[in-house]
Amino acid sequence: MSSAARSSAPAIVAEGLSKIYKSRSGEVRALDGLDLEVEEGTVLALLGPNGAGKTTTVRILATLLRPDAGRATVLGLDVVTDAQRLRRRIGLSGQYAAVDENLTGRENLWMFGRLYQIASPTARARADELLDQFDLSEAGDRPAKTYSGGMRRRLDLASALIGHPRLLFLDEPTTGLDPRSRIGMWDVIRGLVRQGTTLLLTTQYLEEADALANTIAVVDAGKIIARGTADELKSTVGGERVEVVVHDPAQLGAALRVVSDCCLAEAAVDEHTRRLTAPAAGGATQLVNVIRALDEAGIAIDDVGLRRPTLDDVFLSLTGHAAEQPDAIAATPVAAGRTA
Amino acid sequence: MSTASTVDSTVEGESDGGSALSDALVVTWRNLKRIPRIPELAIFAILQSVMFVLLFAFVFGGAIPLPGGGSYREFLMPGIFAQTLAFAAATTAIGMVDDMARGLIDRFRSLPMSRSAFLTGRTVSDVVYNLGILIVLMLSGLAVGWRVHEGVARFLAGVGLALLFAYAMSWVGVWLGLLVPTVEVGQQVAFTAIFPLTFLSNAFVPLQTLPGWLQPVADWNPVSAITAAMRELWGNPNPFATNSFPSEHPIILTLIWTALFIAVFAPLGVRRYRATSR
Repeated sequence: MSSAARSSAPAIVAEGLSKIYKSRSGEVRALDGLDLEVEEGTVLALLGPNGAGKTTTVRILATLLRPDAGRATVLGLDVVTDAQRLRRRIGLSGQYAAVDENLTGRENLWMFGRLYQIASPTARARADELLDQFDLSEAGDRPAKTYSGGMRRRLDLASALIGHPRLLFLDEPTTGLDPRSRIGMWDVIRGLVRQGTTLLLTTQYLEEADALANTIAVVDAGKIIARGTADELKSTVGGERVEVVVHDPAQLGAALRVVSDCCLAEAAVDEHTRRLTAPAAGGATQLVNVIRALDEAGIAIDDVGLRRPTLDDVFLSLTGHAAEQPDAIAATPVAAGRTA
Repeated sequence: MSTASTVDSTVEGESDGGSALSDALVVTWRNLKRIPRIPELAIFAILQSVMFVLLFAFVFGGAIPLPGGGSYREFLMPGIFAQTLAFAAATTAIGMVDDMARGLIDRFRSLPMSRSAFLTGRTVSDVVYNLGILIVLMLSGLAVGWRVHEGVARFLAGVGLALLFAYAMSWVGVWLGLLVPTVEVGQQVAFTAIFPLTFLSNAFVPLQTLPGWLQPVADWNPVSAITAAMRELWGNPNPFATNSFPSEHPIILTLIWTALFIAVFAPLGVRRYRATSR
């Protein structure tokens, strides 16, 4: 960090944050000494699987939860002792689109504005401005329960912005959205960043972190295990890889030898999906070589291709275990714990 | 963004704690808005109340003689009011759990508003809602022969006492709502707790008809206190079981109970709300 060049203190400083949730089945260590620093005017993405501690981190920094150990300051204010002053300067938009669905979009914004201690006429004007900015003007007088998922998210985000926060927390802003709404949400977020809002967002998607953040911090088991730009993180995993799905499970062993020889590296095997993955330093040429070698060995394949590293690869490489990707593999049980 | 600077200065210029009163009013407004937006809730609450009046008046009306005489229907109506208002706890609890489940509580907790305003707003709006239900009940009561005999002032005093009781029960509901995990559990817990409370009382039967060992319990029951208080204020039949304190001072006992409920459950609720981490 070139912090020496900056005159102002970082927008977020967290040191040794720990949080333990107690339940009937025992204790869950959600955060285990998490350190974090975010410079003013930048975008940091907390990237990690469900249960890594992303939401817990955001909830502590947004004053909703007290850490069991460690301390954090946001915009120079302590998140525990200065919570009420801090709440005026931050906005929070969570993964559960927390707007009142019986109120109209306009009423929601006015209400949250009033509760930000903004005078009623100003809150009304600000509500109009935000409805306009988020393309909700036409729907502004309809109850929010008639909104689509994407519209609700936009209203939720608008609610978080009602008090012109200097710093915005976005907890999984696009989880559960269809691809089109997701891209729309990205545009909205980019617009905010252009205006100079400091942003901390959490996501399960490397692609999203890539698209929005200056810096990515990878979270696993309650700690930051890596930090860098998207390119830096991907380079830790290596470049492209070749992926082969073998038709006959009995040929998996033979295929493993062929692919490993071709790529000069031991291929990873997933027996369940009959999938082999190996680094493809030679790119497309290497792909052709693999296909030819498999064909010569008489191994039938269902699928083959080159792909860029994914969050799974980053995780595999950083932690030795795979990240959960709820919507990638339908068969994977989703740990939908709200304490994630 | 020309308004940005003005808003910023407003925000920065104000003191740090939210304004408890105006915040509570905003939350009250929000809760009351819900009633016309989901008319089914109010309609069925009203139908249920009318049904109760009719069932008790016509089914039990002939079967339960009052010691010392008097009209059972006039005896019954304050009991029905008390029962309905006791269920204010359930209404409030369900409203709380619902807001929790939708993640709305997190949003409110992240705002620079007064910490208690969310709960005050909830209990105040529930009192307004219960006043509406009470008016419907009273109209149904008038239709089946219930009357008030002691003048306007004592009538209004009775209504005020009834609403105070509902307000106290709402604070029990706040605490309960923050304790239970889902709306369904909230419903079960509230009904399991409140049904015996309303039936182990003088609401529907004179205390004399209860077994001896149960009479003191029913005598001191807050539902009995508010029921007897309304009967006394409105000149409805109010047969005494004993010369106990509750039978002789139902108004004072109601005030004690409501003060106690608010003094215990309001701080418990606020503490729980601050600490809630779901």
